[in-house]
Amino acid sequence: MNFDFSDEQKQLRDEARRFLADRCPTTAVRAVLEGPEPYDRALWKGLAEMGFLGAAIPEEFGGVGLGHLELCVIAEELGRALAPVPMASSIYLAAEFLMAAGSEAQKREWLPKLASGEAIGTFALAEGVGRVTEGGLKASVAGGKLSGVKVPVPDGDIADLAVVAARSGGQVGLFLVDLNGPGVSREAVDSIDPSRSQARITFDGAPADPLGAAGEGWSLAAEVMDRAAVLVAFEQVGGADRALEMGRDYALERMAFGRQIGSFQAIKHMLADMYVSATLARSNAYYGAWALSTGSPELPVAAATARVSATDAFQHCAKNNIQVHGGMGFTWAFDCHLFYRRSNALALGLGSKSTWEDLLIDRLRKRNEAPAAA
Amino acid sequence: MNFDDTPQEAEFRAIARAWLDANAPKELEADLKKSGFASMNVGGRDPIQVSKAWQKKKQEAGWACLHWPKEYGGRGATPIERVIWGQEEGVFGALSGTFTIGHGMCGPTIMAWASEEHKRRLLPPMASGEHIWCQLFSEPAGGSDLAGLRTRAEQDASGDWIINGQKIWTSGAQHSDYGILITRTDPNVPKHKGLTMFWLDMKSPGVEVRPIKQANGQSSFNEVYFTDVRIPDDQRLGAVGDGWKVSLTTLMNERLSIGSGMPTGFPELFDYCMNLQTMDGPAIDDAAVRSRLAQYAVKASGLKYTGMRAISALSKGETPGPENSIGKLVAGATMQDLAMFALDLQGQAGVLNGEDQPEAASRFQAMLLRSPATRVEGGTDEILRNIIAERVLGLPGDIRVDKDVAFKDIPTSGRS
Repeated sequence: MNFDFSDEQKQLRDEARRFLADRCPTTAVRAVLEGPEPYDRALWKGLAEMGFLGAAIPEEFGGVGLGHLELCVIAEELGRALAPVPMASSIYLAAEFLMAAGSEAQKREWLPKLASGEAIGTFALAEGVGRVTEGGLKASVAGGKLSGVKVPVPDGDIADLAVVAARSGGQVGLFLVDLNGPGVSREAVDSIDPSRSQARITFDGAPADPLGAAGEGWSLAAEVMDRAAVLVAFEQVGGADRALEMGRDYALERMAFGRQIGSFQAIKHMLADMYVSATLARSNAYYGAWALSTGSPELPVAAATARVSATDAFQHCAKNNIQVHGGMGFTWAFDCHLFYRRSNALALGLGSKSTWEDLLIDRLRKRNEAPAAA
Repeated sequence: MNFDDTPQEAEFRAIARAWLDANAPKELEADLKKSGFASMNVGGRDPIQVSKAWQKKKQEAGWACLHWPKEYGGRGATPIERVIWGQEEGVFGALSGTFTIGHGMCGPTIMAWASEEHKRRLLPPMASGEHIWCQLFSEPAGGSDLAGLRTRAEQDASGDWIINGQKIWTSGAQHSDYGILITRTDPNVPKHKGLTMFWLDMKSPGVEVRPIKQANGQSSFNEVYFTDVRIPDDQRLGAVGDGWKVSLTTLMNERLSIGSGMPTGFPELFDYCMNLQTMDGPAIDDAAVRSRLAQYAVKASGLKYTGMRAISALSKGETPGPENSIGKLVAGATMQDLAMFALDLQGQAGVLNGEDQPEAASRFQAMLLRSPATRVEGGTDEILRNIIAERVLGLPGDIRVDKDVAFKDIPTSGRS
């Protein structure tokens, strides 16, 4: 049994960690959080040059042609560093959609640009407050033209390409839309984590190119969301570990009542519980990585498990990291809130935790009801 | 990343499976599968007798105490082979429960500290299940603070040690032939320094075993009283005053017991919720139920795959990382919460235990009543959190007010 990453994959993780320690300290995250730039362009370019964006994209489409386990270890490091770049939108979602269902021409047109960072992609699904349901989507395509409003669209203000879920002929379909083309207007919207951008996009007769088979849009979206969920789970696991380390380090450094606060059991036990949730999440994320990389039929269960567990862990570690820091943890100057913001933004980004809990139970049920697999 | 055996592992698994196919006590299989939480079902047979019979058969064929050297009754197997054996033994592994303390804790301690003559005498019958062993550590005044124990050992003119005092929470003492015993030999030095370890014959004059009636009504633990019990000096394990160090050998061996995983009750609860009909349909259709189930699901899954990571480390010949320390902490609390939730789903009838409760459901009542013990035994939740905080995260140990105080001067009551 080898339920672990290979030595080469671990080396890649170390390489990514060194690169990000150098190019993405928390000051870089703050620069995006506080400044006018919607993302860190220099970092994005650097990630492309390192081959990190194209890690799981085949060489024939401009990628590096490694695999999803490699992308998982990179994701973990991006999560640790809170990297302010559109990785999830462009790589875990848009590129995965193209690889899963794109025509040869669609792949040729977009994948090399996504791998090189020259173009940014995103997935436009939500239409305002509330859970997204298959029957509830209002955006629609008729005669090859898309109309409707999508909000929030992660990185929608900076993306060049969107995969858009919309009704068409009574079914949900997926469409590629060039966001720099006609019939698209968009604006950045404020969010709880300004180190990542969100947008409202209004489509008014925008040319829409069907992606995948007609009528299979909803199931394709679910499949790609599962793939993205595993990758985002690694970002969350990375973030959880870093928040735990910050809390641990502060507990060692800070003195109160004449002793290190880390010698008080109230603090120690809080940190131990953070370690427990981070460990459970890591093991569940590995399960997701295994299912993702092997094309296992267990992916739907594994992805939902990884997603729920990683969401729990990052939220738990980020909020208790502030608690360990006490009042200093609530200052703008300390980095704790960067993790708190990101943990909550990631918890919502692919659909809320309760949505994924629901999916997990549906899928476990389906698996239990199915005749025992070989 | 895969769950596949290496060729050597596959070969070992095939050999183990073939032997089990030919030799396992199949007549017990159906009953064992119906075992409830923390109680083994052997269909009215004598559990000790059937356990001993299976252990003897295994030992004769080289399938007992796989990780022990052959000369002491084991197989000299690698850690990963031990895990594979456990997977293949499956439901029959429950029959080893009687021997767990001996094989997992007493055996390794004897192996590390006893004389060669004693090892050759004591270990093979321990491996074969002929002798059952218990571990006499906890006391009324020494639980989490084990080093606060008060059972005295005093050497008389003959060199023998005379033992007086009381142990508690001794699993299986009523069936045990031998035990390892930690005692206080010097009350005039700080508490960790005045301890000494022995092994003893449980049939020695002056040893009295009294079952404890537990809060759940069962009696699986005991109190053991010692009144002028005589132990020869050659049954001492380690030097006089080194008992704490010796006890750490015992406790460290727990870390290597990997692979089986702690039960959480989740698969049982999931099945139960699939089948439980409420006024609005199956319980599993209820949003609140689904959310709770999902929370238990990710904990159960997280423990399972944490175990897989440890097994992978063993497979590569590495020592598993500290992540295994979370097992009991997560499983104990999950099980207790889950059991209460299952009863909640039963409405007013959740209170029922007996024949009005369907067989499948009543296990949650038993689980509810037993689960407080899981959070205490073998290290309380709080001690486990201290261990994670100190040994894994590197946080400072507690400030110990009794550290440099002679044991006899440590206060014994909070009211004075």
